[in-house]
Amino acid sequence: MDVLYFAWVRERIGLPKERVETSAATVAELVEELKAREERYAAAFADLSALRVALDQDLAEFDSPLAGVREVAFFPPMTGG
Amino acid sequence: MRVVVQEAPFDFGGEAEAFAKGAAGAGAVVTFTGLVREADGGAMAVMEIEHYPGMTQKALEKIATEAIRRWQLTDALVIHRYGRLAPGDQIMMVATAARHRVAAFEAAEYLMDYLKSRAPFWKKEVLADGAAEWVAAKDVDEDALSRW
Repeated sequence: MDVLYFAWVRERIGLPKERVETSAATVAELVEELKAREERYAAAFADLSALRVALDQDLAEFDSPLAGVREVAFFPPMTGG
Repeated sequence: MRVVVQEAPFDFGGEAEAFAKGAAGAGAVVTFTGLVREADGGAMAVMEIEHYPGMTQKALEKIATEAIRRWQLTDALVIHRYGRLAPGDQIMMVATAARHRVAAFEAAEYLMDYLKSRAPFWKKEVLADGAAEWVAAKDVDEDALSRW
């Protein structure tokens, strides 16, 4: 699946998008896999309450299932308007 | 309903005029424009607005559709910019048209509350000396959603 990062999450991890092969069943499991990779991921995902997630461009929760999902995006709380 | 996400400036007067002219059957049109506010301390040179291209249009259309449904609007317009903006620049506008003004005002407030917290935009303030900081979401903006 494609994993996208925005705002300071993108800056902390150092890239806007990457292809990830995973068997994670939920967003939370995917986050644990990413955190185990490298320090920059662990730093970006240190506080999940400061993050939001979208699955296939719809807002979701960290316990949402990943079955059938093609695009996951992680970002801080939005500041539009 | 019209939802526009663009980098270029928009013509607020022209958009408001065209929206009002097209609002046949409505008795009230409300418009709101958001400007880039000067940062505390006054040293902001640029505001960079990042967005999630695949999601932004969809999220805004969902918010506008809900506003139309709840207040039985005859029409709604949302324009939101991204990219590099300067203090005083127009970031976004909404317009609502309804039979009566209470619905038009309330729906415009609803649109603004949801645009702030549920549309995938992120603002970064860049100061004249090059230092930059992401604007943090405010609890008060999240809390504002609970009134709807």
